[in-house]
Amino acid sequence: MKTPDVKKEKDEKKYGRRDIIKLAGLGAVAVTAAAITEKVFAEEPEASPTRWAMVIDLRKCYGCHSCSAACKSGNNVQIGNFRSWVVQVEKGQYPLAERDFLPRLCNQCENPACVRVCPTTATYKRPDGIVEIDKSICIGCRYCVNACPFGMRSFGWRRGYDKGKEDYPARRYGVADKCDFCFHRLENGMVPSCVNTCPAKARIIGNIKDKNSEVYKLIDENPTQRLLPDLGTDPHVYYIGLDWDTAEKAIEVGTRQTPTEI
Amino acid sequence: MAVPNNNDKLVKDVVRVLTVTGPRYYAAVAVLAAIAFFGLIVWINQVMKGLDVTGMSNSVAWGVYITNFVFFIGISLAGTLISAVLHITHAEWRRPITRAAEAVTVFALIFAMISILVDIGHPERFLNLFLFGPAGSPMIWDIFIVTMYLISSAFYLYLSMIPDLAIMRDVFPAKSWRGILYKILALGWEDTAEQKRKYKKAVSIIVVLIMPVAIMVHTVTAFIFGVTIRPGWHSTILGPYFVVTALFSGLAVISVALAVLRKVFKLENYLKPAHFSNLGKLLAIMSALWLYFTFAEFLTSAFAGHLDEMYVITSKLYGDFAIPFWGMIFCVAASFVVLIIKKINPIARTVIAAVFITIAVWLERFLIIVPALTQPLSEGHKGGIYHVSFSEIFITTALLAGFILCYFIFVKLFPVISILELREAREAVPTAMEKIKSYLHDEE
Repeated sequence: MKTPDVKKEKDEKKYGRRDIIKLAGLGAVAVTAAAITEKVFAEEPEASPTRWAMVIDLRKCYGCHSCSAACKSGNNVQIGNFRSWVVQVEKGQYPLAERDFLPRLCNQCENPACVRVCPTTATYKRPDGIVEIDKSICIGCRYCVNACPFGMRSFGWRRGYDKGKEDYPARRYGVADKCDFCFHRLENGMVPSCVNTCPAKARIIGNIKDKNSEVYKLIDENPTQRLLPDLGTDPHVYYIGLDWDTAEKAIEVGTRQTPTEI
Repeated sequence: MAVPNNNDKLVKDVVRVLTVTGPRYYAAVAVLAAIAFFGLIVWINQVMKGLDVTGMSNSVAWGVYITNFVFFIGISLAGTLISAVLHITHAEWRRPITRAAEAVTVFALIFAMISILVDIGHPERFLNLFLFGPAGSPMIWDIFIVTMYLISSAFYLYLSMIPDLAIMRDVFPAKSWRGILYKILALGWEDTAEQKRKYKKAVSIIVVLIMPVAIMVHTVTAFIFGVTIRPGWHSTILGPYFVVTALFSGLAVISVALAVLRKVFKLENYLKPAHFSNLGKLLAIMSALWLYFTFAEFLTSAFAGHLDEMYVITSKLYGDFAIPFWGMIFCVAASFVVLIIKKINPIARTVIAAVFITIAVWLERFLIIVPALTQPLSEGHKGGIYHVSFSEIFITTALLAGFILCYFIFVKLFPVISILELREAREAVPTAMEKIKSYLHDEE
């Protein structure tokens, strides 16, 4: 085999192999630069007039777990997983014993740690503040499950349990799952299942940007607390009357449903 | 089989490794293939039934599979160290082991990718990583850099092999399958001066470019964990720590691989005790460095005593993970002790230490990933329990078997000892002498 005569080839063709490679390289650089410029100078999406937030008035909650049940059946959550649940924390000795209830759900953070890490953009924040999962894109790497400091995310571990029906979501295998404020209900003018079912009316949902909303007024008029505010994720679930010890313990016990003593 | 028409002893030996295959080799390949096949069945079972068959839960959402991923990524560093760093520093002893080391890199990266496929819920959607991947996700950084590293190290492995493949092409008859294979792969290499010049230039460029990529691979893999706010993961030292551990485990795996090659293919003439002695020295340095990093990591978090961090640390020191933790410390300490005993012969010394180190590093990866997930800032659901399931054990074993199997097949297809490098080694002797003389002091 002979090495081809490079010089001769160059004379014959207008562009040599090297020129083509160089051109291709330049082209690649140009395309990347264009893509980056487009991203950097892209116009900010118009701010939505809505920012959903929830207030949970713990003075009213008496721990009936209706929200857990309504959420689980309404969203067809997989066996073993929860999107919302109630933690029970027991404190003190008889006769001064008390039991605190703390309903948990996704905080729909303003700076969600889970969205930052998602490698496929399956998890994203909607303009109205709800953090949603596109289950047709999610590859199930569970990075978000590990990254959420509140432990609100679960994963579809089991396969082949339920196919779902019309207007009733299937239990999706192999993807991340979490509370999404029942946005399918919100969009149709209904409140989320847990709010709908709460017999004590302890859960209130609303648009925090609207100064006439109940949520805004409650936060305005009452001292409110949030879980792990120091992590900088800016949670949008506000509690009224949350005890510090209870909050600490609640994070620790996760989805355990049985009462925990401090 | 083809009779090589070349009287060079080196070429003869390389051809012997390629063509002379004993029954024990076939037995080993059969066993490895059986294990790998069984692992494939277990994986299919896992895909059918869901990841529920693993011991993972919503709290401990990453387990042995991610440990395997990080472990395989780790051992990929050594090939680059041997072939690039030692190349640039003109460490002459590297010459016979470059090919074997570079192959470890490529296969380790392939199996790291497979480990990810095994772990994710929807392996069929892995292309989404490339289709939708946002630039902000640390996992995308990792996928990007690992892909780049795989391509560049596979390219380097191939590039460095072209002259050898040309020799093999000339040795085997043109009509045999080997002759055809090597003819295609040798890309018309004729050993001309022009080709040699271009080849030298290409190699010297790629060995420089591959080094930052290698360092980045390990750092970015560490960042996957380091950038989260999870106690035990959220640590600034994690990036450099991973680089050190990667070197450590990579050198260990290469030592074992070389010892096996030496024994099985009777390469005593090429892989001499001096090589193992040098690898042993590097291992001893790395184990000291590793202990230093581990100490620095533990002391700073434990002394500050943040409660969340303390949960992780105490669970390792005397909690649920005490056995793997102290097992790991024992393995590293034992390897260090074995390495500094001069009485044992260097080959046995290095191989024993390397086996200890390989176990220790796997445990270390496990201890970085799992204990942090069982702790309170996270869910703590199920009280942070993680039991490794049978599926995970089988698939891990199968991945290891597959890795060794690929290596065994590679050895039979391509020259595992670089003929070109060894020929250059002879030529390099006067140059090396000149070099030593150039920095000697003048004696008047």
